[in-house]
Parts: sequence; C-alpha cells; structure tokens
Amino acid sequence: MSLDLDALCPRLAGAPLFAPLSLAIAPGTVASVMGPSGVGKSTLIDAIAGHLAPAFTLTGSVTLNGADILARPAESRRVGVVFQDAVLFPHLSVGDNLAFGLSRAVKGRAARRATVEAALEQAGLSGFAARDPASLSGGQRARAALMRSLLADPAALLLDEPFSRLDTALRDEIRAFTFARIRARAIPALMVSHDPADAAAARGPTIRLIPIGDIT
Amino acid sequence: MSARGEGWGLRAGVIVVLGVGVIGPIAAGLAQTARAAFGVMPAIGATEPGFAAFAALFAVPGLGSAVRLTLVTGLGATALSVIVALGALPALHGRLSRGRAARWLTPFLATPHAALAIGLAFVLAPSGWIARAVAPFAGFDRPPDIALVGDPWGIALILGLMVKEVPFLLLVGLAALTQIPLTRHLATARALGYPPAAAWLKVVAPQLWPMLRLPVMVVMAYALSTVDMALILGPSTPPVLAVLLARAFFAPDTAMLLPASAGALLQGALVAGALGALWLIERVLARLGRAWLRRGGRGHGIDGLFALGRFVALVLAAIGGLAILALLAWSFAWRWPWPAPLPESWSLRAWIGAGPGLARAAGQTLAIALSTTVLSLALAVAWLEGEDRARLGRAGWAEALVYLPLLVPQIAFLYGLNVLFLRLGLTGGVAAVIWAQALFVFPYVMIALSDPWRALDPALIRAAAALGAGPWRRLVAIKLPVLIAPLLTAAAIGLAVSVAQYLPTLFMGAGRIATLTTEAVTLASASDRRVTGVYATLQAGMPLAAFAAAFVIPAVLHRNRRALRGGGV
Repeated sequence: MSLDLDALCPRLAGAPLFAPLSLAIAPGTVASVMGPSGVGKSTLIDAIAGHLAPAFTLTGSVTLNGADILARPAESRRVGVVFQDAVLFPHLSVGDNLAFGLSRAVKGRAARRATVEAALEQAGLSGFAARDPASLSGGQRARAALMRSLLADPAALLLDEPFSRLDTALRDEIRAFTFARIRARAIPALMVSHDPADAAAARGPTIRLIPIGDIT
Repeated sequence: MSARGEGWGLRAGVIVVLGVGVIGPIAAGLAQTARAAFGVMPAIGATEPGFAAFAALFAVPGLGSAVRLTLVTGLGATALSVIVALGALPALHGRLSRGRAARWLTPFLATPHAALAIGLAFVLAPSGWIARAVAPFAGFDRPPDIALVGDPWGIALILGLMVKEVPFLLLVGLAALTQIPLTRHLATARALGYPPAAAWLKVVAPQLWPMLRLPVMVVMAYALSTVDMALILGPSTPPVLAVLLARAFFAPDTAMLLPASAGALLQGALVAGALGALWLIERVLARLGRAWLRRGGRGHGIDGLFALGRFVALVLAAIGGLAILALLAWSFAWRWPWPAPLPESWSLRAWIGAGPGLARAAGQTLAIALSTTVLSLALAVAWLEGEDRARLGRAGWAEALVYLPLLVPQIAFLYGLNVLFLRLGLTGGVAAVIWAQALFVFPYVMIALSDPWRALDPALIRAAAALGAGPWRRLVAIKLPVLIAPLLTAAAIGLAVSVAQYLPTLFMGAGRIATLTTEAVTLASASDRRVTGVYATLQAGMPLAAFAAAFVIPAVLHRNRRALRGGGV
C-alpha cells in the first residue's frame, strides 16, 4: 500500500524538466516536493495523475500498491488531485459537487445522500448541501474540494499547492484538517509546494526538485 | 453634452430605429396576418370577421401531413444537429485551435442554404455522385430509380438542414467553450474517476447549454419554417407547411390568401409550441441529469457515443463539401455521361449563356447585400458605442430584441407586412427588400460584433482619453481600426445572410426583384442543371469571397502589427 516514484522525469521535446525523481510514500504519510516556481512541480502532478499535455513525454515509473499506473488513463488510476483553487463545479450545488465525487460503490439514493451529508459535517459544512459553491469562503471551498476527492475513494492523493491561496490565519487550520483526513484514510499523499511551512507541517519525507540547469 | 449623455442619446436613437424598423414592422406584420386569418382583408373584399379562413385551411388536402412533415423534419433536424454538434465539439476543440476550426467551418457557414441544397440535390440525385460511385459495384447500367431527393419522409431535407446547422452550432459552441475553465474542469472530473466522455456530458455540457440555448432556438425556428431548402430538398406532395403557405400566397386565386394567412398563424404557433417544448425538455433533462449525476456512475460505455457524433460530423462535412463541388462541376460541365465520376468535356457555355440575366441578378444581389450590410453594421456600431459611452451593459430585453427577428417565422409576418406596404402605397421596390433583409442581417452582425467589441482592451481607450482624445476620436482613431478584423468578419456574415435571403426578397419585391437566390431556387425545380449550377455557384461564391476578403484585408493592413494579427473569423 504505497505510492512509489522511480526515476520519474517529465521531458519537453526530450529535455528533462528536473533531475529524475525517486520517492517511496508510505500509506498515511504526506511527502512534500519543494522547488522554485517554474521548475515543473505542477507538471509532476500532471504526470502522476495522468493529465500530462501531449507535448510532454515521461520516463521512469509510478507504482501504486505494486501496480504500474502510467499506462492507465487518468480516470482509472485512482489518484485523486486537490488543486490550488479547489475547482468546484459552478453549475452544481456544494452537495452535488460531493455527490459527483462519491464513488459508485455507495449505492441507493438515501445512502449516498447520507454519505455526502456526513462528509459535509466532517468538513464543518453541515447544512451547506444546497449552497452555491460561489458563496463559499476560501477555507470552505478547500475543505469541500478535499472531501470531494476523498469520497471518490482514491488510493493516493496529490495536493497541488493546496494552501497557497489561503490567508495565513486559515492556512494552519486547513493544513491540519487536510493532513488529519489523509492519515485517517491511510493513503499515501504527495504535496507540491513552495512554502517550507507546508513541508514542516506534513512531517513526511521532503524532496527538493533540482532544476535541470543546476545538475551538472 | 457629456459623453455619457451622448451615449444615452446614441442608444436611445438606436432603440428608436429598432423599434420603428424592426419591432414595429414585425408586430404590424403579425397583426395584419392575424387580421386576414380571421377574415378581414378589405383589399380582396373580405370584411366579415370569422373563422372561415381556418375552416378553409383545415379543409386543404394534405394539411395534416404537411404539419406532421414540418414537425418531423424541423424537430428532427434540430435534435440531430444539437446531438452531433455536442458529440463532435470535444474532438474539434481538442485537435484544432479555435481560429483554424473556424476557417474549416467557414465554407459551410458562408454557403447560402439554397446553394447548399441545390448542390446536395445534385449529389443525392439518382444520377448524382453517390449513385455514380456505387454504380460499378451495384451494377447500375443507368441511374437507379431511387428518389433520394424530395423523399416523402423528408430525409434529404433533414440532411440538408444538418449540413448547414451543425457547423453553425459548432462555431457557437467553440466560442462558448472559451468561457469555461475547460482544462481544469476536465482534469478534476477525470481525477475523480470519470472518463472523458462522461466528464464532458456531466461537467461541460451543462455549463455550455445556457450559451447554446438561443442559437439552438434560432436553428429550431429556421428548421421548422424554411421555404427555400424545403422547396429544393423536401417532398412536394404534400410539402412542409411553409412551402404549402408560400404556394398559397402566390396562387393566382386571391381566395387562397385568407386560409394562407390562417396557415401563417399556425406556422407561428408551431414554432412557439416547439420553443415551449424545448423549455420543458430542458427542465426535464436537467432533473434527470441531476439524478444521474447524484448516482455517481462513472459512465464508462458512453465514449462510443462521442465517437459516433464525431463520425457523423465528418460524414456531414464530406457531403457538404461534395455538394459545393457539385455546383462548380455542373456549372462547367458539358458532356457528363453515366456513370463517369467527372464530366467528359468542360465548357463555359452555361456561364456565357446565362450572361445578361446572370449579371443583372448578381448586380442586384450585390447592391442589396452591400446596402443591408452597411446599414446593419452602422446600426450595430452605434448600439455598441452607445453602450460604451453610457457605460451600460446589455440588458436581457435588449438581447431578446436582437434575436427576435430570428425566432419569429418569416412567413408569419412577411406577408402581412407586404399587405401593409401595399396599403401605404410602398410596393415592391429595392428599398423595401433592403429593409426587409436588414431585419435578419442586423441580428447576425450584432451577434458577431458584440463579443470582440467588448473584449477590446479598455486600457487602450483610457490611454487615448488621457492623451486628450474625445469620444469620437477614440471611436474613429482607436476602436474601429483595432477592431477592423471583427468588423470585416461581421460584414462578411451580414453579406452572407443577405445573399441567402429568399422569402423577404420574394415577398417585399413582389416577385419583381430577381436576386441570385430567387433565381437559383426557381431554376432548381425545373431546368438545366448547368444553368442552375451557374447561379448557385455564384450565389455561394459571393459570401465566400466576402469571407476571404475579411480574412485577407486585416492580414495585409496589419502585416507589421503582430498584436492585431488574430485568427480571422
């Protein structure tokens, strides 16, 4: 039960973006990948989640619970992604955003609704099911997006600068919430960030991406 | 006067012009039609109000079939066009940039309905390219006896409407997609386990629909009430309702005018009913879609549906391309024996033989098209500039005002309008035709120009104002030159719409104004394919040339201005 990157290296027109990355992430741990902006942190997330733009190629491997996932399409990898700005769908209510994420394994209208309600409650969003996502505050959006990702029952979670848009005051709270949920789920998580405080709070292995120009 | 006050003034002026020029006439035309439908038309001695005209209408043999055929072809073509366009949109968006996609779609948008229908009839005819292509394999030693054009089910008409409307919906859809953060939404949905097709259907389509609703309504109103396409591709006994009515309005027997007016109201009711049904379907689908979404199924079997949409769109494009080429081939063909794929000998005889009549019709068409386009463009610029100066957004009612002429079936008010004109003593002149065409040209020009106009970088205007340029100088020296490409594109669209107009030319010209379109439609029913091909080729060539000019002129003018070299359309 772990997420393993082995010499993973996205390339643009054959040229590597950063030095090949190897990393083993155990369940319930949050690994941090740090690096200056522009080094390709988001590209790393895209590569693992399966959203790499066609211009890129990829060498190395990604194994999730022992199976190589790189050949699978994004939707079949069971890799959840929490984006920087939450990306709640504007045409759906908060509850329906979560229902959209909720795995098909939960069957029956009442059971699904109850699961969504329970997830909202855990996120401190009780009674928010019918709300327009646009009316949520930044912290509420972040929590809703995380719950939506977890409801899809991912086997690993990727966090793309998940706290950088939040106020400093809010950041600690959302960080604690996010990491607690990941540990409770006992899934491996990988966070990319440029904020050392994020890595410190994650308390997992920390890797600094080396821009390719600095290798030699 | 302050710029703001001037803006209000400008906008008030435009609204007055639209009220007097667009809303008034449509309302008056409808009123006249309704009056005649209920038995009052003093010009032919009918003064007794009553329901006799409706009784006479319902006694017309084949009326029931005509209504059924209208609904099947109109609603069928609209539904299929929407489905195919939605299915093909992801592929088109993923593979071509917006500018390139627009350039591929332009020939289909530019070709007038009538020209495309004539070309399609050439392709589908028993002696057309499709039959010629299969002849060696099927062993046809002469053109097969299969009626693919004018078939009693209206399949050819549905096909023709789709070839025209799918590209339109695709173009509108591509523009609408730029309003959605597509990449992030699709990535999010896929990270939650949804394959691409399901992600489109559940996440993108519901956000796209509000921007597609009005264009789909326009397509629906058109498909239910087209006359020229139905004359060429539709069945003739019975025809669709609009054709039945057009025949009745032009029948030598004036007694037909009253039942025809009643029919025009029926036509209006059909379109209104269909728009109402669309509203209802939208609500039902939204409900079902929400329930489907809440069940959380990852929709793994629907990728195939999108592949089907893509395939059908490609087939439509191929058929449309063949139709346009068929016009050209026939216009230059001399000997073209069965089953040769191309003519044995080519000739200019059809072009030369059509000479004077063709030149007259082409000149008339161009004069009318240029006048309506310039008029519409001036009005659109005045409207937009008025909004800028008064610092107003577009109100909902104003948007509806722009679309109104495209949603009311032409036949429901054009005849009434014609009667009104006759009573006022303004008969069948070029001016009446120009004005009637502008009713339909203005909306398209306005729609085409609005988005680029509002997307103009406001910093440019502020910079000009800071340099002391007043509102007029800002308009003439900054806005119009910077917006030259969208202005010319809007003009090309206006010209294409004008050239394509059939019913307004026929009704308001009292049959005496001959344009390429009216001539081509008349020729299509009877005579020589070569001559028909000549008229239809020129009819399609004029808008195409306009689009080419709209693309080339800014490219040449701005050859040293990289920031202004956009993608054309």
